Amino acid sequence: MISRPPVDWLALSPTLALLAASAVTLLGAVIVPRAHRRVFSVVVSLAGFTTTAVLAGIVFDRSETPSAVVVQSMVRDRLGTFAAVIIAIVGLGIVLVSVGDRRRDHVGEYYALLTASAAGMVFFVSAGNLMTMFLALEWFSIGLYVLCALDTHRRESLEAGLKYLIVGSFGSGILLFGCALVYGATGELGFSAIQQATGADDPLFVAGMAMILAGLAFKISAAPFHMWTPDVYQGAPTPVTGFMAAATKVAALVLTLRILVTAFPEQDEIWTIAVAALAIASLAIGNFAAIAQRDVKRMLAYSSVSHAGFLLIAIAANSEAGGEALLYYLIPYSAATVGAFAVVAARERELAQPVTLDRLEGLGWERPFLGVSLWAFVLSMAGFPLTGGFLGKLFVFSAIYEAGWWWLVVIGVLATALSLAYYLAIVKSLFMRESGVGGPVVAAGGSPPRDLPLQVAVGAALVVTIGSFFFVQPLVDLAQDAVASLPFT
Amino acid sequence: MLTTLLIAVPLAGALLVWILPLQRESTAWLALLAALAEVGLWLGSIRNFEFGSDAQQYSASREWFDQLGISYAVGLYGFQYWLVGLTVVVGACAIGYGAWAERERARAYFGLMLFLVGALVGVFAAQDLILFYVFFEAMLIPIYVLVGVWGGPGRVKATVTFVIYTMAGSLLMLAAIVAFGISQGTFLLADIGTSSNDWIFFGFLVAFAVKAPLLPFHGWLRAAYTEAPPEVAAILSGVVSKAAVFGLVWIVLPHFPQPVDDFRDLVLVLAAATLVYGSVLAFRQPDARGVIAYSSMAQMGLIVLGIFASNDLGLDGAVLHSVNHGVVSAALFLVCGMIETRAGTGEFAGLGGMAKGRPILATMVMALGMFTLAVPGSTNFAGEFSILAGVFARGWGYAAVGAAAIVLAALYALRFISAVLHERRGSAVREETGDLVGGELTLVVPLVAILAALSVWPAAVSERSFPADQPAAFLGAQGAEGTGP
Repeated sequence: MISRPPVDWLALSPTLALLAASAVTLLGAVIVPRAHRRVFSVVVSLAGFTTTAVLAGIVFDRSETPSAVVVQSMVRDRLGTFAAVIIAIVGLGIVLVSVGDRRRDHVGEYYALLTASAAGMVFFVSAGNLMTMFLALEWFSIGLYVLCALDTHRRESLEAGLKYLIVGSFGSGILLFGCALVYGATGELGFSAIQQATGADDPLFVAGMAMILAGLAFKISAAPFHMWTPDVYQGAPTPVTGFMAAATKVAALVLTLRILVTAFPEQDEIWTIAVAALAIASLAIGNFAAIAQRDVKRMLAYSSVSHAGFLLIAIAANSEAGGEALLYYLIPYSAATVGAFAVVAARERELAQPVTLDRLEGLGWERPFLGVSLWAFVLSMAGFPLTGGFLGKLFVFSAIYEAGWWWLVVIGVLATALSLAYYLAIVKSLFMRESGVGGPVVAAGGSPPRDLPLQVAVGAALVVTIGSFFFVQPLVDLAQDAVASLPFT
Repeated sequence: MLTTLLIAVPLAGALLVWILPLQRESTAWLALLAALAEVGLWLGSIRNFEFGSDAQQYSASREWFDQLGISYAVGLYGFQYWLVGLTVVVGACAIGYGAWAERERARAYFGLMLFLVGALVGVFAAQDLILFYVFFEAMLIPIYVLVGVWGGPGRVKATVTFVIYTMAGSLLMLAAIVAFGISQGTFLLADIGTSSNDWIFFGFLVAFAVKAPLLPFHGWLRAAYTEAPPEVAAILSGVVSKAAVFGLVWIVLPHFPQPVDDFRDLVLVLAAATLVYGSVLAFRQPDARGVIAYSSMAQMGLIVLGIFASNDLGLDGAVLHSVNHGVVSAALFLVCGMIETRAGTGEFAGLGGMAKGRPILATMVMALGMFTLAVPGSTNFAGEFSILAGVFARGWGYAAVGAAAIVLAALYALRFISAVLHERRGSAVREETGDLVGGELTLVVPLVAILAALSVWPAAVSERSFPADQPAAFLGAQGAEGTGP
C-alpha cells in the first residue's frame, strides 16, 4: 500500500473545474456534430469559467489563513484565489468575444485550449514551490503557443505562434536554470523553505533569483524581455491576444509578487532595485514605441508593456500597500484590456482586415456603444479619472512614494504624460475626422452583424472599468485580504 | 447636500441626454432644462447662504477610499459660491447658444456640455485634493471632444495641443498631490496642513499657470480659443481658466505659505508680464476671437497679481474680477460666434460697419467693450482697482505695470469695437446682414445685465467672498498689510 499525501480537493477545485471543461470540450470536438459544436463548446467553457470563479470565491472566503497543501506543492490562500477569480472572469469575457469569430476549423480545440491554459494560470498563481511553478508555467504557455498559431490560414498567426514558442521556451529555460541554481544553493524547492534555508549569501543563489525574475519577466512582457510581445500580440487571433494581455499578465505578476516576497525577502535590497529597473525600462520602451505604431493591436501590445512597468512599480514598493495596489490595478487593467481587444475584434470582423488607426475612423459615430466603450477603456489605460485606471495609478504612486522612492513617481507621471499621445490618438480616430464632421462614414461590407455576446462582454468590461472607480473601497478591501496572506515584514 | 445636487444635476442631465433617443430639438430642450434647473438651484440657495460665516456651507462628506485617506468632500465658501454661480450661468448661456446654433450630433454634444458644467462645479466645490484632481481632469474629457469634433478647421491640432499642455501641468500636480497627501496622511483640504516643500509648491503652481495661462505656458491658448466652437470658447475662457484661480486661492495660498512668500516676486513678475504681453498681442490680432483670447490671458495675469498680492484688497479684487472677466469674456465669445455666423468670418479684414442698421448688435458689442476696457464705474473697474491697490502694497512697480496695462486694454477694446462696428463696411458684411434676434438676445442680455448689476453693487461679490471679509487672515497669508495706498 503506497501512502498517498492528503489532497485538499477544494483548493484544487478551481483548476479542476477548468480542466474538466477543457476535457469535455475536447471530447465534444470529436463526438458533437459540427453544426452544434460551437454552441456546445461555448456553453461548456462558459460553465467552466463560471464554476471556477465561484469555486475560487468560495476558497477565498474559507482561506483566512494561508496553508500549504498537497505536500507543500501549492498554497491555499487568498492571494492565489483572488487572482484566480480575475483570470476566470477574464476567461468568461474572452469566450464571449470569441463566439462571433467566423472560425470554421478547430472550434472545439480553440475552447479546449483556452480553458486548459486558464486552468494552468489558476494553478500557477497558487504554486508553492519551484517545480509546480515551472510546471504550471509550461502548462499554460504551451496552450497559448498553440492558440496563437491556431489561425493556420494566416501567415501572421503562424509567425506569432512560432515566435512565441521560441522566445517563450527561451524564457522558460532561463526560469528553469534559475530554479536549478536556487535549489542547488539551498537544497529546497518550497518558497517558504527557500527563505529559511541557509546558503542565501551564495552568489549562485542570487544569480538563480535573477534568472527566475528574468524568466517571469518574459511572461509579464516587461522590457527588455518584451521583444516577442508586439509581433505575437499583432499576429495572434484577437481574442487570444486579449486573453494573453489580461490573464497572462495577472498570473505572472501575482506569482512574481508571491515568489519575491515569500522566497526572497532577505534579498529585497537587490530585487527591489532590479524590479524598479525593469519597470523603468518597460515604461520607457513601451511608451516610446507605442507612439510610433499605427496598428492598434501592436499599439496595445506596447501599451501592455508600459502597464507592466506600472505594475512592477507596485511590486518594487515591497509593501502591503504595494501588493494591494498591484491587485487593485489588475482589475481595471484586465477589464479595459479585454474590452479594448473586444472592440478591435469587432472592427476586424467588420472590415475583414487588420485594424489600424485609420481604419478606426468614424467607428465612434457608426457604432456609438463600441466607440464610447473603447474611449472609456483607453482613458482608463491612460489613467484618467472616472475610470479605475486612475485610482490604480494613484494607488501605485502612493505605495512607491511611501516606500521612499519619490523619483519613481516622477518617472511614472512622465510616462503617463507620454502615453496620452497614443491613447488620445485612438480617441481622435474614433471621433474626429480631419475631413470634417458629418462626412461620409467608412462603409465596409455593409452593416456589421449584431454580435450580442461581444457586446455583452464589452458592456461588462465597461461596467468594471468605471465601477472600479466609484466602488474602489470594497475592491481594495478584498485586495487587502488577499495581500494579508503574504509575509510582508 | 445642495453642493452634491449642483454637481449631480448636470451629470444626470448628461446621462439622460445620452441615453434617451430623442430628436435634436427635444434633446436641446432637455439640456436647456437641466441647465436652467441648475441655475435655479443655485439662485434658490442664495438666500440661505451665510457669506460671513467661517463655516463651510452646504458641505457633504463621505469616505471613499480609506487606505489612502481619500474622501468625497464638497462644500462652499463665498468665493467658491460665486465661481459656481459663474459656471452655471455661463454654462446655461453656452448650452442655449448650442441649441440656437443647432449643433450636429445633438445628443453627444449636449451631453458633453452638461458633463463639462457638472465637472466644473465639482472643481469649484471640491474639498479633497484627489476629488479636486478628479474633476480637474474630468473636465478635460468633454473639452477634448467638444473642441475636436465641433470646432473650426484647425480643431484637431488645437485640441491636442490644449490637452497636452494641460495634462503635462496636471500630471505634475498629481505627483505633487501624492507627495503632499501621503506625507500628511490625508487629502482633505481642511486637515492637510501646510508644507514648505518648494517642489510640491511648483507642481501645483505649474498646473495652474498652464490653466490660467501665465506667460511661458500659454502656447495652447490662441488655437484653443479660436478653433473651439464659440460657446465652448466662452466656457474655456470664462470658466475653465477660473479653475486656476480656485487652485491658487484655495490650495496654493493657504497650504504653502512659505514657498508663496519665497517665490512671490517670481509669480508677480510672471503675472505682470502676462498682463502686458497679452494686452499687446490682443492689440495686434487680426481677428475678433484672437483679441478676446489674448485679452483673456491678460486679465488672468491681472487676477493672479491680485491673488499673489495675498492681502484683503488683492484677493477680494481677484474674486470679483474673476466673475467679471468670466461673464464678459463668455458674452464676447458668444457675440463673436453670432457675428461669425452672419459674416462667415471673424477676420477684421472682412468685418466693419456693422453698427449701421444693426442697433442691438452695436449696443451689445459696445457695452461689452466698455466693460472689457474697465471704464470707471463698471464692475471691471472696481475689480481692477481693488487688485492694483492690493498689489501696490507688494511693490509700486507691479501697480504701475498694471495701470499701464489698463491703458493697453482701452486700446485693444476700442480697436475691437471700431473694427467690428465702425469703419467702412467689410467685404463679408452684406447690406442685408441681420441684427441680433430674440433667441440670441436671451443669451447675451442676461450676461450684460449681470455686469450692469455688479457695476451698481460690486461689493455683492467682493465683500461676500471670504468669511468676515478677511481673506488674508482666512487663508493664512502672511505679511503686507492690505490697506493699499
